[in-house]
Amino acid sequence: MADKVNLVEKSRIMDSSRMKRALSRLASEIVEDNQGVKDLYLVGIRRRGVPIAERIADRIEELEGKRPLFGILDITLYRDDLSTVGANPIVNRTELDTDIEDKNIILVDDVLYTGRTIRAALDQLMDFGRPRKAQLAVLIDRGREHRELPIQADFIGKIVPTKKSEIIKVMLKEYDDEEAVWIYERSST
Amino acid sequence: MNKPFRRRDLLGIRHLSAAEIVGILDTAENFREINQREIKKVPTLRGKTIINLFFENSTRTRTSFELAAKRLSADSVNISVLSSAITKGETLIDTALNLDAMSPDCIVVRHSSAGVPHQLAKVSKAAIVNAGDGANEHPTQALLDAMTIREHKKKIKGLNVAIVGDILHSRVARSNIHLLTKLGAKVCVAGPKPLVPNDFSHLVEKDLFVSANIEEAIEGADVVMILRIQRERQDSAFFPTLREYAIHYGLTQERLNLAKSDAIVLHPGPMNRGIEIASEVADSSRSLILDQVKYGVAVRMAVLYLATGGSASNE
Repeated sequence: MADKVNLVEKSRIMDSSRMKRALSRLASEIVEDNQGVKDLYLVGIRRRGVPIAERIADRIEELEGKRPLFGILDITLYRDDLSTVGANPIVNRTELDTDIEDKNIILVDDVLYTGRTIRAALDQLMDFGRPRKAQLAVLIDRGREHRELPIQADFIGKIVPTKKSEIIKVMLKEYDDEEAVWIYERSST
Repeated sequence: MNKPFRRRDLLGIRHLSAAEIVGILDTAENFREINQREIKKVPTLRGKTIINLFFENSTRTRTSFELAAKRLSADSVNISVLSSAITKGETLIDTALNLDAMSPDCIVVRHSSAGVPHQLAKVSKAAIVNAGDGANEHPTQALLDAMTIREHKKKIKGLNVAIVGDILHSRVARSNIHLLTKLGAKVCVAGPKPLVPNDFSHLVEKDLFVSANIEEAIEGADVVMILRIQRERQDSAFFPTLREYAIHYGLTQERLNLAKSDAIVLHPGPMNRGIEIASEVADSSRSLILDQVKYGVAVRMAVLYLATGGSASNE
């Protein structure tokens, strides 16, 4: 399907302890901005947004003594590139068991790049009801110049200016054998 | 990884591998949640056109396909034989070519003759989904039956499934026999002798048994699947009277007691109460007939998604 592309490891921009500290800071910023846990609703975007949201929820629970509401979005059915991606992407389940009406939603994803995933997540969210407000938290922001839609994050773990030819990989123990954030360079040889 | 069912047409279960079947079922599982939402609609198939071409009467299947299309935001059009040009003398292929000229993405077809969807698939650029062709196959019914079984038994492999009734005329039975044996269940079929073919060797190689009487088939079963007596074919004297059929082959509570204590009962509908299934069984907690209908919408959403989801290769 795709051309043969080699990924060359360039550098590790976060190890597990730096990731942990970044997520702790995100957790405190989120509760500070929302004045506590009341009506706070973390929603992880599949796949890697989910464990990141879980960790932020853990930290918020440690800080506040109460766990925020938690949900999961699978945005596959809301993608704007379904007719161009080739084979069908696999659909996974969306789990928003608590009503989002009048809640303060924090969408959580690993990397913010073009903004298209977040557009899809917002569209899906609105089909479930009318939250009081929705904010966005990401571990890595690749920089505004890549944005294809007017979408920015409210809480950012780290801003990493990147080139289009580079790829950011967030490795999490739930899916990978290490905890780290890597930059790779695409080289077509 | 387990990317299911890459071919665009769903003509039957016979052509699918076990992995493809599981892929469709897994996708359908994940569509179920949409049917519980307040707003039961996702934008996935926006701009796609789906034609429901029904040459045979159907309420449940057609409604189910139509709802599935609408919940995925596709535009769907229903054509039934009574209002179609066929009654004015047009051939099937001409009808298909004319529909094709309007660029639908998918045609869902039901016909009383086996093989019609396969013929359409040869001439049409649209993806063809078989919604029942003669006595051949009814793939989405078998898929929703499998989904119901998986939901309640958590597996299919190793289960004993009894399929009882008019096997000869039943596309539901054929699709289910293919699906269940591919996924590792043991299937036993039973019914009035003229309605049960002796030889299924052309269908499957193993794990299919033919039983002379219904009691033997049901004994120890995990799943009892009752087929509808097709009253419209009753003239052909396959069995003496409906009353006798009920006495000898109807699923009564007494017969169901021969199955495992946690056995479930399925029926593809529409059911003839008091003939192939006793009301007391149909209305009991063992009967999952309405679950089957519920899962039918999710299965058809998955099938439409996979059939129209924009496969890059068109060969």
